[in-house]
Amino acid sequence: MTSGDLIIEAKDLTRTFGSFTAVDHITFDVHRGEVFGFLGANGAGKTTAIRMLIGLLAPTSGHATVAGFDIARESEKVKQAIGYMSQKFSLYEDLTVRENAALYGGIYGLTDVQIRERTEEMLQRLKFEHAANERVRAIPLGWRQKLAFSVSLLHRPPVVFLDEPTGGVDPITRRQFWELIYETAQGGTTVLVTTHYMDEAEYCDRVSIMVSGRIDALGTPSELKSEYGVGSIEDLFVRLARPAESAGSK
Amino acid sequence: MRRIFFLARAEVLHIVRDKTTMAQILVMPIFQLLVLVNAATFVVRNTPMYVVDQDRTATSRGLINRMAASGHFEVVAVSGSAEKANDELLDGTVTMVITIPHDFEKQFVRQRYAPLQVILNAEKGSAAGIVQSYAARILADYATELGAELQPSMRTVSWNRTDPPPRRGAALVETRTRGWYNAQLNYKHYMVPGVLVALVTMIATLLAAQNIAREKELGTLEQLNVTPITRTQFIAGKLIPLWFLGLIDLTLGLAVGKLAFDIPIRGSLLLLFGAAAIYLVVALAIGLLISTMVETQQQAMFVTFFIMSAYLLLSGLFTPIDSMAHWVQIASLLNPVRHFVTIAREILVKGAGLTEIAAPLLTLSAFAVVTLSVAVLRYHKTTA
Amino acid sequence: MRSLFGLLRKEALHIIRDKRTLTVLLLLPVIQVVIFGYAIRTDVDNVRLAVVDPAPDEMTLRLRSRFTAAAVFRTVAVLPNEAPLERLFQKGAAQAALIIEPRFAEHLARGIPARILIITDATDPNTGSTIQGYAERVVQQFEREVRANAGVLQIVPQARLRFNPTAESKNLFVPGLMAFILTIISSLMTAITITREKETGTMETLLVSPLRPWQIIVGKVAPYLALGFISIVGVLLEARLIFRVPIRGSLVLLLAEGLLFILVSLALGVLISARTSNQRVAMLGALVGTMLPTMILSGFIFPIESMPAVLRYLSNIIPARWFVVIARGIMLKGIGLGYLWQETAILVFMALFLLVVSTRSFSERLE
Repeated sequence: MTSGDLIIEAKDLTRTFGSFTAVDHITFDVHRGEVFGFLGANGAGKTTAIRMLIGLLAPTSGHATVAGFDIARESEKVKQAIGYMSQKFSLYEDLTVRENAALYGGIYGLTDVQIRERTEEMLQRLKFEHAANERVRAIPLGWRQKLAFSVSLLHRPPVVFLDEPTGGVDPITRRQFWELIYETAQGGTTVLVTTHYMDEAEYCDRVSIMVSGRIDALGTPSELKSEYGVGSIEDLFVRLARPAESAGSK
Repeated sequence: MRRIFFLARAEVLHIVRDKTTMAQILVMPIFQLLVLVNAATFVVRNTPMYVVDQDRTATSRGLINRMAASGHFEVVAVSGSAEKANDELLDGTVTMVITIPHDFEKQFVRQRYAPLQVILNAEKGSAAGIVQSYAARILADYATELGAELQPSMRTVSWNRTDPPPRRGAALVETRTRGWYNAQLNYKHYMVPGVLVALVTMIATLLAAQNIAREKELGTLEQLNVTPITRTQFIAGKLIPLWFLGLIDLTLGLAVGKLAFDIPIRGSLLLLFGAAAIYLVVALAIGLLISTMVETQQQAMFVTFFIMSAYLLLSGLFTPIDSMAHWVQIASLLNPVRHFVTIAREILVKGAGLTEIAAPLLTLSAFAVVTLSVAVLRYHKTTA
Repeated sequence: MRSLFGLLRKEALHIIRDKRTLTVLLLLPVIQVVIFGYAIRTDVDNVRLAVVDPAPDEMTLRLRSRFTAAAVFRTVAVLPNEAPLERLFQKGAAQAALIIEPRFAEHLARGIPARILIITDATDPNTGSTIQGYAERVVQQFEREVRANAGVLQIVPQARLRFNPTAESKNLFVPGLMAFILTIISSLMTAITITREKETGTMETLLVSPLRPWQIIVGKVAPYLALGFISIVGVLLEARLIFRVPIRGSLVLLLAEGLLFILVSLALGVLISARTSNQRVAMLGALVGTMLPTMILSGFIFPIESMPAVLRYLSNIIPARWFVVIARGIMLKGIGLGYLWQETAILVFMALFLLVVSTRSFSERLE
C-alpha cells in the first residue's frame, strides 16, 4: 500500500505525566477505510493515545498525522476532519435528537439544508423517525449510543474515533452497533475503536494491543493468532498482559 | 458566527428546560427584592424602650409621649425602678433605657439645661449609634418646642434676676436643611438599585461558573473540545445567552422595583442598560474564570458563593464605602461590583449622566477587557 | 460500630482530598472576620463638604473653620455659587454642601436671622441624616460662640453605651459571623455531600450495606461537626487575638451552645438533602433555606426590630436568630443560662424536631 492510503500515521508518539510514561514511543499506521481496533487493559495508555490523536492532549515527543494534518501543529484542522465519541459522551440529555444533531452539525459548519437532509437520512437509516423529537434523557442507553455515533458522523469525517463505545450495552445492541461500524467503514470512513471486549477485536480489520504504554502486538486478528499460536485474541491478550502485571506487582 | 449561533441556541434550550435554572432566574429577583429590600434596612424603627421616670411631671410625660409618637421607639414600660430597667436590658427585652431624673422639669425651667440619662444596648452596633442620634434629635426638638412655650415665663424668671434680657429672635443663624435625591429618606430607594446589582451579579456569575463546570462533569465539554470550534466561539456561544439573561433579569428587577417600591428612575435607562451590558461582561468573565479553576459543580458553586459574598459585602451595597477602613476603601476599587453599585445609584437616584459616571464606567470597561481576556486565555481546549 | 468508623474515615478523606473546597472552608472564616472587622461599619466621618460662599469675609471664614475643625468634615471645594453643586453630588465628589447667604455677616451683626442652607446627599438616608445632624450641631456651636449668652434651651442626653462602650462594630459581628460560617459548613456542605452521593450512586452502596440509616447520617455529618467546631474556635481565636473582642461570659457555655447550633444546622442540611435529588437543587435549597435567612434575617447585620412584621415573625423560625442572641449575650453582656434559657430551649427544641424529621424523611426515601 502507498502512503497516500494512510489516514493515521504515528511515529514514536510519547506522553509523560511527570515521571510516569503513559504512552511510550508507539508507532503505527491506519489505512483508509479500515476498522482498526485499539486494545489494552485499563490504564495501558489507550485513552491517552487517543486523546493525543484527537488534539485534546499535546504529545511529549514523537509525531503523528491524522487525515494529513500534524496533530501537534494543526490540531484544529485535525478536529474538522474527525468524528469522536467518548466513553462518557452521550448527547445532551435535555435536548431532543434533532436538536443535538443541529447543534453538532452547526458547529462543524454544515448548512441548514445539509443539517436537515442528513438528520432525516440518519433517522431513516436507524429507523428512529418516531422519536426524533424526544429528549435524549428518555431514550434507552443502547439507542443513545447509536445516535451519538451517527451524530458524530454527521459532518462526514474521513476518520472517526470511538472510545469504548459499547461499554454497558447489552449483547444484542452491541451486535447492532458493530453492524453500524461496518456500514460506516464500507462507506469509506476509517474507524479507530478502543474496546476491552475481546470478541469485538475479532471484528476488526487490524488490532494493536497496548501493554504498559507500548504496542506489543499489531496485525490482523488471524495473523496475530497464528504468530503467537493462540486460539483467540483473548488468549493472546492474557498472554501479553500477564508478564506486565506480574512485573508490576514485584 | 454560525457556530456561535448554534451553540447559543442549544444554551438557551438548556436554560429554558431546566426547572432549577428557571427558578433561579425568575424567582430569585422577586425574592431578593421583596425580602432583601424590606429586611436590609438600617433605619431603626420600633426600638423597645424602658423609661425610668423619677420626675413624674408634665414635662417628663410630654417627653415620653414625644418619644413614643416618633415611630422610632416603642415604650415598653414606664416605672421608677432602675433595677427593673437593668434587668430588662440584660434580658434583651428592651434596647434603650431613658432615666429622667428627679427635678428634671425644675432644672429645665431654671437653668435651661436639663441632663437626662440614656442607656443603650450597644450589642447591636450600628443600630445603637442611629438610635442615639434619633433620641438626640427628638429631645432637641422637644426642647425647642418647650422653649417656645416657656419663653414668657422664662423672661419673667430672667427679669427677676440680674441677667441681661434675652435677645429678640430665637435663632441667630437660620439653618435650613435639604436632603437631596431622597428627601423623604426612604431607605428602599437606596437599597433597590444596589439589590438589582447584586441580582444580576449573582445570576451572571453563578450561571456561567455552573454551566461550564456542569459540562465538564457530564463529559460533553470534551466532546465540544474535539470539534473545530475555537475557544472564542465557544465562550461567545456560552456567554451571549447568559448576557441577555442578565439584561432580562435587570429589566424584571427594575419593573418589580418600580411597581412594588416606586423607586425613582431619574437618569437615562439607556445609559443604565449600557453600563449593565459592560458590567455583565465582567460578571460573566469572572464566572468563566471560576469554571476554569474547578472540576465539579459543587466546587463551582462553592467558590462562586465565597467570592460573591466578599464582593457584595465590600461593594458599598449594605454599608457605605466611605465608612470602611481606609485600606479597604482602596482595595475595593478592584471590586467591579462596587463600581456598578455606584453607577446604578447615581443614574437611578441622582439622575447622573454619562459625564458624571465616566470614571466608574471606564474602570468597568477596563475590567471587562482584562477579565474576559484572562478567562479566554485560561480556557484551554487541550489539557496541559 | 466498626463499619461506622469506616464511614467516618471515608468522609474525612473526602473532605481532606477535595483541596479547593477545603481551602475555601478554611479561608472563609479568616476572610470573613477581616471583612467584617474592617469593612462593615456605618460610622460616618471624613464627610466630603462643598462650601458655597459667594462673599467671603471674616464671619463666613469663622463658620467654615468651625466645620473643618470638626474632624467629621473635610472641605473638598469652595465655590462662589451653587451651579456646580449638582455635578459634584452626582459624581459623589461631595456628600454635603454648606451654602452661606451673601450678606451673612451683615445680617448677623444686625440681629436679623443670617441664613445658611445645608444640603446633604440623602441617597443613603442614614448617612444623609447623620451628616445633617452633625452639620446642625456645628452651626449650633458656632451660634453659641458668636453670642455666648444666647438663650438656647437644651435637654442634654448623657448617653451610655452598655456592653460595647466604644460602639465598635467588630465586637458585634463575631457572634453573627459564627452563625453564618457554621451555617455554610453545616447545612450547605452536608446537604451537598449527601446529594452528591445520591447522584453518583454511591449512596445505594451504603444503603445495601449493613449500616443502619442513622449510622449513615452520623457517619456523614460527624466530620462536619468537627469541622464546624474547629472553625468556631478559629473565629474566636482570631477575634480575640487580632481584634481583641471580649468574651465576658463563660467560654464553655459559648462552645456548648455552638455545638447545639451546629447540630441544628446539620439536621437542616440532612433534611434538605433528603428532599432533593441533585446537587444544584440541594445547593439552591441550602442557599435560599439557610444561608440567606442567616445573613439577612438573623439580626446579624440588620436590626430585626426595623423589619416589617411579616419578616419579624419569620425570623423566629430561623435558628441563627436565636444563636446570635445567645452568643452576643455570653460574649458582650457576660450573662449565663439564667437569662438565656429561653433561647437555648428553643434551639434544643429545633434540634430535636429537625433530627427526628430529617432521620424519618431520610429513611422514608429508602423504602
